[in-house]
Amino acid sequence: MVEHAEIRMVRRGGSKINFREPVITNDSRFLLCAAGESVNVYSTSTEEFVHDLQGHTDLVTGVVLNPSNHLQVYSCSADGTVRLWDFMDGILIKTFIIGYPIYSIYVSEKHGGVVFVVVPMANYKSSELFQLVAVHLPRSGDQEVEARELSAVLCDVSPHPGAVSFGREGEYIAATKGLQLEVFFFKKQKSYRFSLKSGMKKGVKNAFTCVSCHPKEDCIATGHADGKIRLWRNFNQKKEYTYTTLHWHHGAVNTLCFTPEGTNLLSGGIESVLVHWHYTQENQKDFLPRLGAAITHIAVSPDGSLFCTSHSDNKITIIQSCVKVSAIIQGLVKGDGVWTDLIIDPRSKALVLNGKPGHLQFYSLHRDKQLYNLDIVQQEYINEEGLDQFEVVKAAFDARGDWLATVEERRKKGAELEINLKLWAYDKLTQSFVLNTTVTAPHEDRITGMFFSPSPETTMLVTTSLDDHFKAWLLADHSDTKEGFWSCDFVGGYHLLKPGCCSYSADGSLLAVGFQEVVTVWSPASWELLTTLSQPPGAIRDLCFGRLSCSKYLLGTSTKNQLCCWNLLTCSLEWSTPMDVSLLQADPLSENMAAFCSQSGSSDLFVFKPSEPRPLYSQKALCTGKVQHAVFAPRDQMLESCEERTQWLNRSQLYFITQDMDLLTFSTKTEEDRLLASSKQLMVDDSVAVTPFYLLLGKHRRQQLEKQEALTNPMAERTQLPQGSIAIKELLHTPAHVLPSASFLCAMFVRSLLVSRSSAREEKAEEEMESEKEEEDSEGEADPRLGESAAWAPSEEFGAPALTKAQERELRKVKTFDHSWLSSLLDS
Amino acid sequence: MASFKPTKIPIYPKLGEKVTPDTLYWKNYKAPVQIKEFGAVTSIDFSPLAPHNYAVTASTRIHIYGPFSQEPVKTFTRFKDTAYSGKFRSDGQLLVAGCEDSVVRLFDVSGKVALRVFKGHTKGVHVTDFTSDCYHILTGSDDYTCRLWDIPNSTELTSYKEHTDYIRCGTTSKLNRDIFITGSYDHTLRVFDARVEKSVMTMDHSQPVESVLLYPSEGLLVSSGGRYVKVWDLLKGGQPLVSLKNHHKTVTCLGLSSNGQRLLSASLDRHVKIYNTTNYKVVHNFDYAASILSLALAPDDESIVVGMTNGVLSIKHRKSPEEKQEVAGKQRVRPVYRVFVKGRNYVPKKDDFFVSKPVKSHLAKYDKQLKRFNISKALDTALENRKPDITVAVMKELDRRGTLKNALAGRDEQNLSQLLNFLIGNVVDPRFTPVLVTATEMILDIYQAVVGQSSVVDRQLVRLQELVEREIDYQQDLLEVLGMLDTLFATSLPRKEVILKTSCILSINLHLVRNSFILYL
Repeated sequence: MVEHAEIRMVRRGGSKINFREPVITNDSRFLLCAAGESVNVYSTSTEEFVHDLQGHTDLVTGVVLNPSNHLQVYSCSADGTVRLWDFMDGILIKTFIIGYPIYSIYVSEKHGGVVFVVVPMANYKSSELFQLVAVHLPRSGDQEVEARELSAVLCDVSPHPGAVSFGREGEYIAATKGLQLEVFFFKKQKSYRFSLKSGMKKGVKNAFTCVSCHPKEDCIATGHADGKIRLWRNFNQKKEYTYTTLHWHHGAVNTLCFTPEGTNLLSGGIESVLVHWHYTQENQKDFLPRLGAAITHIAVSPDGSLFCTSHSDNKITIIQSCVKVSAIIQGLVKGDGVWTDLIIDPRSKALVLNGKPGHLQFYSLHRDKQLYNLDIVQQEYINEEGLDQFEVVKAAFDARGDWLATVEERRKKGAELEINLKLWAYDKLTQSFVLNTTVTAPHEDRITGMFFSPSPETTMLVTTSLDDHFKAWLLADHSDTKEGFWSCDFVGGYHLLKPGCCSYSADGSLLAVGFQEVVTVWSPASWELLTTLSQPPGAIRDLCFGRLSCSKYLLGTSTKNQLCCWNLLTCSLEWSTPMDVSLLQADPLSENMAAFCSQSGSSDLFVFKPSEPRPLYSQKALCTGKVQHAVFAPRDQMLESCEERTQWLNRSQLYFITQDMDLLTFSTKTEEDRLLASSKQLMVDDSVAVTPFYLLLGKHRRQQLEKQEALTNPMAERTQLPQGSIAIKELLHTPAHVLPSASFLCAMFVRSLLVSRSSAREEKAEEEMESEKEEEDSEGEADPRLGESAAWAPSEEFGAPALTKAQERELRKVKTFDHSWLSSLLDS
Repeated sequence: MASFKPTKIPIYPKLGEKVTPDTLYWKNYKAPVQIKEFGAVTSIDFSPLAPHNYAVTASTRIHIYGPFSQEPVKTFTRFKDTAYSGKFRSDGQLLVAGCEDSVVRLFDVSGKVALRVFKGHTKGVHVTDFTSDCYHILTGSDDYTCRLWDIPNSTELTSYKEHTDYIRCGTTSKLNRDIFITGSYDHTLRVFDARVEKSVMTMDHSQPVESVLLYPSEGLLVSSGGRYVKVWDLLKGGQPLVSLKNHHKTVTCLGLSSNGQRLLSASLDRHVKIYNTTNYKVVHNFDYAASILSLALAPDDESIVVGMTNGVLSIKHRKSPEEKQEVAGKQRVRPVYRVFVKGRNYVPKKDDFFVSKPVKSHLAKYDKQLKRFNISKALDTALENRKPDITVAVMKELDRRGTLKNALAGRDEQNLSQLLNFLIGNVVDPRFTPVLVTATEMILDIYQAVVGQSSVVDRQLVRLQELVEREIDYQQDLLEVLGMLDTLFATSLPRKEVILKTSCILSINLHLVRNSFILYL
């Protein structure tokens, strides 16, 4: 198991699901969207991730339903292939190799066996010019075919997928680029171009941003950068075309979409309002405001009952009949930057970082799902470009996760800085954080660091700021009021130098604050300056205390490429090495430290113990660009790897974000195997359709799980799930219409769940039966009893064990009332 | 679809008193009852007997009021001139009063005509009191003498001529029948023993003494005069214990709460201050409409009676606990409209399909306008609001949205003057200055073209400018003071620096506005 343990860097979750337009299947049950190198399938009703279609080796750039078979889907990717999938079962049917990176894909019912893709022009390699080509898909039985039959349709098109649209019944195709609209008629094999004036002198931005064609009439809707929507008609000639203008958006129109019947036109932009234009009465429009973030794509289900909008904050909203938001699929929000650093919430073990503007997102690393958003700023967000918004710039949790401190700031142009320090208390009742104290202007200038004391006795917060001070905040106990509030306890400074960073020792008895070139060590109990350490040249960038056996060491990195380690017992420098460390991170569960160094455009990683000269692990050229944020996430279950190179991953896992905002982590082979196994198990779960039987079984499964969790670690993985009985599976997989009647089956089914019990158990059961006789007519009693018996079942092999008397009696009892109970279930 | 988040109104720290047991105790009085007397109320005295009537001396009359009546239950009018110092005897049967015509009169509380008339003083008598044996009367007069009189014989017993100015206050010991204390405008307090010819103790208050008070233990003596209240230790031979200077005008009257834990002082500066008698810190403060001449507390602090120079007698009764509960209970049971209660207490049956209605959130008027992006209207509604913090919060929100300029622009004379009025009222408030300074600058920017077209607006702009100039001068002075203090504190840790910086920022802000004024006006 350990022999091949090799550390691999893997991308962990958080892929962009708003990159391309999502697709809703014909029966409106599933939603497909491109997510990184795979296509994700979500359920539209439960917003749960069902499975993904994996196979592409590069970014997936388009997903589109096969017009000739509604259970199949085409996907295209930058790796130069178009793949055909059965999305229900997640099977790759065919791969067509095009040979050029593909930027978007279009299909039409009229053009069977042909897909239209946007590829870069062959002559101009790596240039900005793109063309739309028709690809005739060869009909061959092979899994992998090369499709070389390309014919250019339009030259010089935009690679943006919204800039091309098929017209009525695929008779023409409309493409926009810059200030030009081009319509190509397949019958006539002729294209018309319509240009708009640039109009820059009036301050009007006429450029086209998107296009959509009416499905029943000859009408093309185009969106423009100045917020106008133009409806073009009569465009099958050069001269007498007309257009009407609709204007509501104040920013650019990002996307347009006609409903399948063509009665309505949907548009969206940065205002995050879904505008619903009535096609025939153009002055009438409906709005769905405050959808959260700028709308990037709109898709409508083929029957027109569901709309879905992609948003710039990596979110897909599913809207029912244009009035009600029915589901929200939220990915890891990757905003403009991660100012708060990566933090692990000690309670939920979730990754916490900047989410939507003014929010903190709690993201479960294990389930790759956003848990919730915490609104920090609590202000109405105005979706407008060029506004200075409040941003959460710092966040910190205390050791037990009872308190969360956040700093939000807003810098106006040429005006003073607005800073708020907020402290949130964890409320057990609502399972979320509740605002306790707001401190307006805690510092005169920007806050550079904020840390909670790690000691469990005192909850103390330290903030350092560019105003030459650091402040300690304490929870003041007030006997008059019920709950205390936070107030400033101490203001410290050192020779009017600007503090850059601070760090608490593991037990909270020492506080190190770096004042430019000088490290000052304070005692938080008495606020005495204990000692100063300095190692010029270069200002201190990062400070970190050692843990556990290395707690006598203090590590610091300076801007002049020095990594220093001081021994606090002797107050002297233990060792130093010339390294350009961009980030220093300590593992909270071991002595290990991770240092990311940037060297000639790429980052290296060193994992070491402060007491040992040799690094435990080093990886050169980890990724391009500087690594700015990283965190050690504690594992739920310790790995038992003994190999030296991977030992440091046993207790916790190192996550980091690259400059391109990719969330990466390190993993070993054994771990991946385990993950794979558990995901397979999950897939079996999901393939079970929602039937009355499933409800029944689901209940059993849950109880099994609960039992198991009570026995083992609560977060134990699912691989050890008992296999369930074969009979149950068979029962559930056979179509209902071939099965005998339910009342007949039920007796058998229930018997299959029964097990022989120990004699001690019997007596108890008899007692229970006595009590049950009294409440015989109450129907609700049957459910828990059945559940109980089911919970014991899987521990035994399925078979027909000899029944004891008590069991027989009980079985008879169950038999008497399960008819009505089942029928009621079936009715519902 | 998230719901609209209303504008956050920041809670500013209250720069007021903290809630202490004292404030709770002393605030627990009802709204005062006001009775108009014929002249300045110079003295109030509570009867020691059960209904605790009190005698109010004002002008040429003494009224006796019952504890809860607004009408006098008894009036003594047989004075030829202004009456002074109506006092009850310890059995509540007799009342003695001095008069400007130098005659001291003794009344039976149930009768009308004076029982005894003591003549001997040559000038107005301001001080009268019974000794603790009930058979003698102490008087102090403007002829610099104080005398003891015998009640049965109505004869003068002794006369002391040690004071060298008017005697305006005095009190007798409640424990010893021979000892009494007088205070005079010659700045001295003298303790006399009737068995001795001369005063036994003299204390120098160094201000004309207006009032004296003995502690129940009679170990401590409190005197007031000028702006000072002084406490003397009689057992240590009249050693000054503490000197309090909490009033800014002459302290006219002293009182002691029923348990002896709190000392009250009333002054011409219209305040009554309450001190803790262990550390002599002010624990509470009452404000009155006019200068206070007299003050009395009913036994058990049931009511506080204050007489003022404008002849108004103000009586505050303590809220009784039952009454308080009754009020609270009333509010709870107060009938609401039936419509609102209808169906509230309906318990759904088993088969009922339960439809829950979402709770409707109510937005403030300005929030409704903000939700619709009606920015000018939002500002208008906020300006109509009486609370400046709400108005400022709306302005801040508009500024955050980048639309404050649009909201301020396009106003006619009336609207603009309303806006300027608000600015004049609040621009120098340190809580609002950062926001309002930006607004002021924007207004100057927008409306500089129309300066001089409306006299109303011009006048207001000039006023605003004066205000800003004055505030800058204040800040300058404050900074100078802070600089001086800083040099003084230079040896210790510079903890005050934070305050310095905020005022710095304020003054910088204001300087900017002044510059704009100089530019435009």
